[in-house]
Amino acid sequence: MATLREIRRRITSIKNIEQVTDAMRVVAAARLRRAQENITATRPYAEKLNTILGHLISQMNVEEKALTHPLLEEREVKHVCIISVSGDRGLCGSFNSNVIRTTTERIQHYEETGADVTLICIGRRTQEHFDRRGYDITDSYINIFRQLEFQTAVDVVQEFEHLYIDKTIDKVEVIYNNFKSAILQTVLIEQLLPLEPIEPEGDTLFLDYIYEPGQVELFEMLLHKDLNMQMWKVLLDSNAAEQAARMAAMENATQKAKELIDELILQRNRARQTQITTEISEIVSGAAALEG
Amino acid sequence: MQNRSFHLEIRTPEKLIYEGDVTSVNAPGMEGNFQILYGHIPFLTALDVGEIRVNESSDTPRSIATSGGVFEVLRTGVTALVETAEWSSDIDVSRAENARDRAQEQLAEDSPDLNRPRAEAALARAQNRIKVANNS
Repeated sequence: MATLREIRRRITSIKNIEQVTDAMRVVAAARLRRAQENITATRPYAEKLNTILGHLISQMNVEEKALTHPLLEEREVKHVCIISVSGDRGLCGSFNSNVIRTTTERIQHYEETGADVTLICIGRRTQEHFDRRGYDITDSYINIFRQLEFQTAVDVVQEFEHLYIDKTIDKVEVIYNNFKSAILQTVLIEQLLPLEPIEPEGDTLFLDYIYEPGQVELFEMLLHKDLNMQMWKVLLDSNAAEQAARMAAMENATQKAKELIDELILQRNRARQTQITTEISEIVSGAAALEG
Repeated sequence: MQNRSFHLEIRTPEKLIYEGDVTSVNAPGMEGNFQILYGHIPFLTALDVGEIRVNESSDTPRSIATSGGVFEVLRTGVTALVETAEWSSDIDVSRAENARDRAQEQLAEDSPDLNRPRAEAALARAQNRIKVANNS
């Protein structure tokens, strides 16, 4: 059995750990709030962009709708680009490992069908994991979540978009943690390219615009903007999910530390009791010996 | 005089930049700069890297540096969806100059793994920010 002093030392160190985890929980909670605000701030832009795109498609005539835009073109899938989005840091439960596991499974899945896979890693965790294991990494982005900028999403899109148009890759997927709520995050696989066809907006009251440049050019530009927007949403979602996961993990850790401290206090009291009993019996027996 | 102002909204994916009633707005279209006044017919266009000028009344107009986007005119108002936007008064000129110098260096080096379109776009954005900041 541990000595009284050892138990006391353990109690102190666990109390310190508890303080650290609790502070991390508070920080994660604050960052989560900011991340959620960012998600909300994007919504009007995204909705407006969709409306405009819908208007435009509803005004385009049939031949133009069937237009084979390079980003809509479906090809036989031989080369796949997977964008794997994790965080830069650990201590957030299964947030990073879930992405890594799903990505690995997905790569296997494609390799079984005979396609090769190249990766774009976002976040230090996936980058380090896949780099160490010798996977083919086209590009990686590290430390972008501390100060998230829309430009990062634009850069990522530009990277895979030109590979897609060059036909170096035939399909682009993103794997990330979707932020459902503060307590629920799920790993999602979403297809970015080829783009899914978009339905026209059913707005009959809408009058036609005049266009500059032409409809087709505008359509292409809007598709591109929409892609940037999708990538941006992924980054925002993943960021919020990371903070939420960290908050939950740190809350658990703090809870566990509390339980451990309670248990150790019991042990400590028992040890102290034993020590006192021993001391008393020593004194009593000493006194008895003197009297004798 | 009648009310000759209309509603203008300028948004980036990150935030709302401007919302309010204006008498005119100038914007950098892909095919040249243009101005929108009250009563313009529905119009959809793409914006290039450049300067948006917002005119609220007869006062001096306020400028925004933008990296391009979509510009929509409807009967109900005007919306600009731009990917980046900064008020001229908020532009950090030294940061923009650093970005410009960095982009120029990269383009001059011309190393094989240089992403040329990205560097060129970065250069254009930095130059535009410097220009807009100096004009006001």
